[in-house]
Amino acid sequence: MLRAEGLRHSFGAVRALDEISFTVQPGQTLAIFGPNGAGKTTLLKVLAGLIQPQRGRAEVAGGRRAIGWIGHQPQLYAPLTVRENLRFWASLYGVSVPGELLSRLGLEEHADRPVRALSRGLVQRVAIARALLHDPTVLLLDEPFTGLDRVAAEALSRLLAQHGAAGRATVLVTHNVEEGTGLATHVAFMRAGRFVHFAPRAGRGPQQVGEEYRNAIA
Amino acid sequence: MRMLRAGRWITVVGLVLLAGVYVRALAYTPVEQSQGLAQKIFYLHVPAAIWAELAMVFVGLASVFYLFTKDPRLDRFAAASAEVGTVFCAIVLTTGPIWGKPIWGTWWTWDARLTFTLFLFLLYVGYLLLRGAVTDPAARARFAAVLGICGMCEVPFIHLSVYMFPTLHPMPIVLKPGAPSLPWSMLSTWLFSLGVFTLLYVGFVVQRYALSYLREQLEAVGEVGHA
Amino acid sequence: MPLPDLLRHSWSVAAKDLLVEFRSRTAILSVAVFVVLVLVVFNFGRDPTAVSNVDLAPSILWVTFTFAAILALNRAFQLELENQALDGLLLAPIDRSSIYLGKLVANLVFVATIELIGVPLLALFFNVRVLPYLGPLAALIALATVGFVAVGTLFSAMTVRTRFAELLLPVLLLPFMIPPLSWAVLATGRLLAGRPLSEIVGWLNMLAVYDIVFVALALLLFPATVNE
Repeated sequence: MLRAEGLRHSFGAVRALDEISFTVQPGQTLAIFGPNGAGKTTLLKVLAGLIQPQRGRAEVAGGRRAIGWIGHQPQLYAPLTVRENLRFWASLYGVSVPGELLSRLGLEEHADRPVRALSRGLVQRVAIARALLHDPTVLLLDEPFTGLDRVAAEALSRLLAQHGAAGRATVLVTHNVEEGTGLATHVAFMRAGRFVHFAPRAGRGPQQVGEEYRNAIA
Repeated sequence: MRMLRAGRWITVVGLVLLAGVYVRALAYTPVEQSQGLAQKIFYLHVPAAIWAELAMVFVGLASVFYLFTKDPRLDRFAAASAEVGTVFCAIVLTTGPIWGKPIWGTWWTWDARLTFTLFLFLLYVGYLLLRGAVTDPAARARFAAVLGICGMCEVPFIHLSVYMFPTLHPMPIVLKPGAPSLPWSMLSTWLFSLGVFTLLYVGFVVQRYALSYLREQLEAVGEVGHA
Repeated sequence: MPLPDLLRHSWSVAAKDLLVEFRSRTAILSVAVFVVLVLVVFNFGRDPTAVSNVDLAPSILWVTFTFAAILALNRAFQLELENQALDGLLLAPIDRSSIYLGKLVANLVFVATIELIGVPLLALFFNVRVLPYLGPLAALIALATVGFVAVGTLFSAMTVRTRFAELLLPVLLLPFMIPPLSWAVLATGRLLAGRPLSEIVGWLNMLAVYDIVFVALALLLFPATVNE
């Protein structure tokens, strides 16, 4: 569903990606952990096609239309209302905004408020709705839990679990091992542009993964 | 580094020959009748103007190929060519008024060719400022290439717009249809000077190219040292 | 990508930009005030006994329009950087050119609004007869505006991501404004002086050529400003 082959990329003299290869099959969720500056966001951008890697190839089945992206930034227009934002992005994908999306994320009563009037947590929920409105088959998530309140974090976890159960693929990058492990079927550790660990999670809990992560990164 | 040294040598040879051009122009070339000694500046002014414009064309061509190949050498060459073009524009813009004062009786006039060179100069300055304002090397190269291509395409339009103004400028003497109406001694001095300016362009560009290559290497070492 | 899709996506982008602008209205208001101020300043910065209004009006008109346009142009891509919405646009299954076209259309509507305010004010403040020449004047303004807004939209996609964006755009853009500006000033002068239309057809043609060349060039080059 998603394949990376020998990805290499550097910014000036800084090597952000160094020989990264992996595949993600339908139904799998790959969680990539790494400290800041390890190249996680660059990797995600290469997978999304936002950055052309200097070497190697990244392929997503179904192309750009198949990708849903949730990043640090909500990618919303602050002066527009929630509904107007979603309608705009839906129009680019040639779909209409699915009716139950707003209710699933608890956004119905906020639909006609401008995004700039919403709290950080609500904005992030709108960003999630934005990423899911075209029913993507591959989700790319960059620190998606940052800034989410408890309710929204649980809603997102539930959505991601459904997404995986429906035979779709997810790649999630974060520096927080506690957040991502529960959802992952596969785990990778990234340091200085390289995968230093890549294996199925195989029932490991957050604590065990966290310990291995600290050992691998240190 | 070999390339830097080569560039220095070419430039030194060019400068020595430039002195030669002036010895020849002052001592062995007849004084033009209507303009007198002021005409001697023509041996500096016109070759510099020709190379100032050609340099922009080279910036544009290198930019086109850069966008296709993403080869950093083309970007380095475009930057070097733009810097040299800026210097040549500055030469034209200073020698022009020096000649204009005795001949036209004024330092500056919105004459077509002078105005054209001024806009060319502004194009170069914008290009160099844009390069200075972007920190990421890949983005800098892409942005500069976009501006370089636009700049090259802009040149004919500036020509079109400035030539609608009335001009006091001497009409082309060398590059006009038919045989040049210039005594052979003057023409040969001028051709000699054009050759020297070509040499100077090459020498400067090679040096700038080598310097920016060295700086990139140093930056790379510095960054790796910090990480 | 088929043409209808390209146009539909461009229109989506443009309509969204205009809606954002309509919601805040800050940019258009400040630029409108700027236009009024420039016209007023010109009124005090001239000697009415030395130069007649009709002779000065073309220069005033175009200096005002170009400065106002420069103020407006950075806004289009600033909007996209705020919440990194630009990444969202680049991720969407739309052609890169449609992003540029959408921005161009939104900028043109924006600048046209300023011009709609500016022309009557010019006629009013400087007592210039505009009404008899309204049709040709509108065509002339439209042709000249498309040219420099096309280049300005392309450049602003780059300058908003540099330091000193506000300063850099005018520096880059001014050499590119000179050809359309100088033709427009000359043609406006003839037009307002009541000369026959045939005298300005040459300039209109050149403006059209400039527009075609630079819109095409910008469409080709825009992807290079956003592709990493």
